[in-house]
Amino acid sequence: MSENNSAEKIDKAKMNITDEVAIRISDMNKWFGTFHVLRDINLEVKRGERIVVCGPSGSGKSTLIRCINRLEEHQKGSIVVDGTELTTDLKNIDKIRSEVGMVFQHFNLFPHLTTLENCTLAPIWVRETPEKEAKEIAMEMLEKVKIPEQANKYPGQLSGGQQQRVAIARSLCMKPRIMLFDEVTSALDPEMIKEVLDTMIQLAEEGMTMICVTHEMGFARQVADRVIFMDEGQIVEQNEPESFFNNPQSERTKLFLSQILGH
Amino acid sequence: MKNYAYVREKSIPPSPPPLIEVGVIGWIRQNLFSSWFNSFLTLFSLYFIFICLIDFIPWAWGGHWNAKSLRECMDLDPNVACFSVLAARWEQLLFGLYPADQYWRPTLTFVFLILSIIPILFPKFFRYFWFSVIYPGLAIWLLWGGSIWSIAIIYIGVLLGVASFTVLSKGVIRSTSVNLTLSVVITLLFFLFLSSTLTGFLSYLIPISLPFVESLRMGGFTLSLIVGISGIVASFPIGILLALGRQSNLPIIKMICVGFIEFIRGVPLITLLFVASVLLNYFLPPGTNFDIVLRVVIMVTLFSAAYMAEVIRGGLAGLPLGQHEASASLGLTYWQSQRLIIMPQALKISIPGIVNTFIGLFKDTTLVSIISLRDPVGLASTIRADTKWNGIYWELYIAIGLMFFIVCFGMSQYSQYLERKLQTDK
Ligand SMILES: Nc1ncnc2c1ncn2[C@@H]1O[C@H](COP(=O)(O)OP(=O)(O)O)[C@@H](O)[C@H]1O
Ligand SMILES: [Mg+2]
Repeated sequence: MSENNSAEKIDKAKMNITDEVAIRISDMNKWFGTFHVLRDINLEVKRGERIVVCGPSGSGKSTLIRCINRLEEHQKGSIVVDGTELTTDLKNIDKIRSEVGMVFQHFNLFPHLTTLENCTLAPIWVRETPEKEAKEIAMEMLEKVKIPEQANKYPGQLSGGQQQRVAIARSLCMKPRIMLFDEVTSALDPEMIKEVLDTMIQLAEEGMTMICVTHEMGFARQVADRVIFMDEGQIVEQNEPESFFNNPQSERTKLFLSQILGH
Repeated sequence: MKNYAYVREKSIPPSPPPLIEVGVIGWIRQNLFSSWFNSFLTLFSLYFIFICLIDFIPWAWGGHWNAKSLRECMDLDPNVACFSVLAARWEQLLFGLYPADQYWRPTLTFVFLILSIIPILFPKFFRYFWFSVIYPGLAIWLLWGGSIWSIAIIYIGVLLGVASFTVLSKGVIRSTSVNLTLSVVITLLFFLFLSSTLTGFLSYLIPISLPFVESLRMGGFTLSLIVGISGIVASFPIGILLALGRQSNLPIIKMICVGFIEFIRGVPLITLLFVASVLLNYFLPPGTNFDIVLRVVIMVTLFSAAYMAEVIRGGLAGLPLGQHEASASLGLTYWQSQRLIIMPQALKISIPGIVNTFIGLFKDTTLVSIISLRDPVGLASTIRADTKWNGIYWELYIAIGLMFFIVCFGMSQYSQYLERKLQTDK
């Protein structure tokens, strides 16, 4: 994993975490059939907080954040997002999904639509934003991720890094209050990782509430307010980045850190 | 540095390849005679094409067009084609038993057909889409005749439904499903109680009508087109719904769809057509007159809808799960994401299969000759039963084959054009 030391430390003081709770997960459990993937997850995320989730492959990180916008259904406990509890009620689910943005490892852009159309689709159909306004917002977001000139190209014509930035812009067009990132740089060639991380750092500076599953420890050091370590479906340890990296408590965390930082 | 004898200081621009490598000769050398085996294949194929055409071309070229009967043709020259049968019977091949003084009606219907598919095939003309919407009603009226209002009333009823839905949605009730139910109820009430009176009244007020032509008189290529096009238009949406239903989480819907698809695919089309022509009468209350062409269209539609569903299911399966997740994570509802994200891609993947099914359906319409409807193949038998043309084969079937070929080849070409146009990764 590349250490992202080149970028300057961002001024964390500028980013104020409020007392308002954005996400509250209590005693949440999830099974895939008989396989217990998530065990007794308790997690509270404040508005404006940036959280990095790490852990070995298969430990349930993706499943955890996918539960937050109900791409996966939990079986026990509760998840409250922005004051709305996730139940089987479809109205709630649609509401939460339109307020929680998600970016995936494999971008998942819509290949039959141009970059611009990818970005305007959800605002037009879900938010019922007039087309002209949706386009303006989309261009604004594409400028933010620094690819306005690709607006009329199709995803298949862009590089991986560009596609991932479009995916971020697409989520931002819905003006989400929370963003979820699931290993967004792990499918990218090394030279493209930085452009995506820079975009995420910029978002963090603007005070977006973010949960990022990532093994980019440089990124974690730089922007995270809290690093969470997961193993076998449990939250094993969580701490501020400095203490987390310099002074890990559990043996499993130490082992994991030595593996990903050690080589 | 002086111990080099010669150093080239400028690079020489590449000279064009020798003439023998470019142009027609170059192409022929590279593609047809690149190795001895390739050369052998080329020569063999040329010989094969030659023996195929050596007899056919003079036979077709010198064909007679004006003889009165096969006998007369044979007397003139037995070694050439006798296209006279086409000259004598082309009207029948095209229009079946349609009244001769009314031939302009199917002809006009055909012209309108071409106009009505242009807005669907080429997005450039999409602003004329309203004509494609009107066309089915117009075609039915032109072909079968009767009062124009008995067809127009259907459009009026549907328009009423749409209008009431729009008005309701703007009003106090926010729920889409309530509004939908209400407007469906309004439409049904209209058709149950108001439509026949209104039709009578309008026909009295503005009498526009054409002489009625009964279904058994429909025939020839007109019949193939009626059955084929109706089948294609109707089986496409039904196929989409069946494919979605087959993937549904609701067990009942899934069971119905799977059962339907497997049943229809397991039964020969001919059986279904027999059911349409004979058996349905047993199930229907006596005295009901359920149009035979409509019955056939329904069977052909169901048949190809089942195939269509499987083709589209293949396309759906070919989409990465990420597409569903991405559209769900943006807050799109199930139907929005099907319509805007999933179907456009799944259909694009399935274009070759869909067109294949369409072409199959169109050619399968010739099976209606088995239940004694007069499609071109059925008519060929009728014509050959005539003593004047008894014994003629090639000329008739070549003409029929050519008619089908033109339509099917057109579909195939369009699908290739569409695939190229929808390519977004180059
Ligand atoms: N849809 C599923 N059905 C069954 N098992 C699954 C499913 N998705 C993930 N899993 C299993 O759940 C575990 C956690 O997966 P995941 O959350 O993707 O891990 P991570 O993102 O930490 O690598 C893995 O063992 C994986 O095999
Ligand atoms: Mg994962």
